[in-house]
Amino acid sequence: MEAMIRVSDVSKSFVLHNQGGAVIPVMAGAALSVRRGECVALVGDSGAGKSTLMRMLYGNYLSNGGRIVVGDVEVSGAEPREILAMRREVLGYVSQFLRVVPRVPTLEVVAEPVRAAGGSREAGEARARDLLARLNVPERLWSLSPTTFSGGEQQRVNIARGFAHEFPAMLLDEPTASLDGTNRAVVLELIEEAKARGAAIVGIFHDAEARAQVCDREIDVSGFTPERAA
Amino acid sequence: MTPLLQVRDLTKRYGARLGCGDVSFDLYPGEVMGIVGESGSGKSTLLNCLAGNQPPDEGQVIFDTRADGPVDTLTMSEPERRMLGRTDWAFVHQNARDGLRMGVSAGANVGERLMAVGARHYGDIRAQAVDWLGRVEIAEDRVDDRPRAFSGGMQQRLQIARNLVTGPRLVFMDEPTGGLDVSVQARLLDLLRGLVREMGLSAIIVTHDLAVVRLLADRLMVMKSGAVVETGLTDQVLDDPQHGYTQLLVSSVLQV
Repeated sequence: MEAMIRVSDVSKSFVLHNQGGAVIPVMAGAALSVRRGECVALVGDSGAGKSTLMRMLYGNYLSNGGRIVVGDVEVSGAEPREILAMRREVLGYVSQFLRVVPRVPTLEVVAEPVRAAGGSREAGEARARDLLARLNVPERLWSLSPTTFSGGEQQRVNIARGFAHEFPAMLLDEPTASLDGTNRAVVLELIEEAKARGAAIVGIFHDAEARAQVCDREIDVSGFTPERAA
Repeated sequence: MTPLLQVRDLTKRYGARLGCGDVSFDLYPGEVMGIVGESGSGKSTLLNCLAGNQPPDEGQVIFDTRADGPVDTLTMSEPERRMLGRTDWAFVHQNARDGLRMGVSAGANVGERLMAVGARHYGDIRAQAVDWLGRVEIAEDRVDDRPRAFSGGMQQRLQIARNLVTGPRLVFMDEPTGGLDVSVQARLLDLLRGLVREMGLSAIIVTHDLAVVRLLADRLMVMKSGAVVETGLTDQVLDDPQHGYTQLLVSSVLQV
């Protein structure tokens, strides 16, 4: 079976036009592939390029060379609408921070990805209620916008939103950071469930125990750092 | 899928100066495109040429009409283009007073556009007007007031209701949140975002406010001195800008 996420020979550099045209190569020869039901952890020191690689997978950063394929979308070189369709249906992303639109209630924030992927309002709300309850977000908060929630509450809303639609591929950026033991266990359960239904997952976990529990493999991103690779 | 709008080599000169040059893009149904750039970069000229408010010197603006499929709107007859402007197209001006009739009531402002496409039943028109005023969060008891008696934010919301009541497929917006204070802006943006998603509209939004495009636009076009210098997915252009000018624009935004 072909891998769900395929990265081959990807390179990336930043050109700072307003700082004397400085060229900063940050990645070269990056390669990885993730099969369905598999969870791969990106490891490496801070600044090694873990987040950069994740952002390139999501189409948030452009890659300068090589190929990135998610499902049947060639991310490198895709049109904006192809990337957006991929983000709606194929590739989910749980970032470290919740980016909220003012005034939208929590329940809608969480249900939105289900509706975006073509689900009904009812299906979205049912899924949102289920996830918010599992992640111990008090029901009295569901009708409020998460803008004023505490950091931990926002992170749980963010995770609920990320897992609402059952994506066949997912990117997780420190999903267990700033969570207490109970909620951390819930998130690890959600990851296990996603793997069980066949999701291919790429994650960054600073929490070594969590990594050991859910990840099948580790990929050291410092191997893709241009200076060291050379 | 046929693009809703295909723009080819659109050029507008003001004498020897370039308004906008060689602009080409395809806009697909349901897509929202933002055009950003500093004042004088040609973004409003481009918008006005696209919407038929200003004749370009060269190029094509091909719209996928309901009846006849893709047609170049620049070679259309004047009545045809006006009909398009009342039905499938809408234009939201920066200054609400340019898009509203200030001498008639709020309800009439919304109803007028319905009558232009053939609605004649007073009760239906009024009911639809009230419904739309509700959607843009204007209370029903203000339906008979003139826009003059409204605040700037309310006028802008009224202008949006007037434009969207006929269910257009393409909306042009010129700095829709310009000149409004921040809290009013947030409310308006949230409203626009909801309406655009709900109705599956395509839109082209000109603004110099990067926060506005991040919230509303799927993709971005960056203009400088009349030329398009960069295009792409909104978050990609803002987070990993490639052109020097875009980098300058993004790094110049004050952090709150």
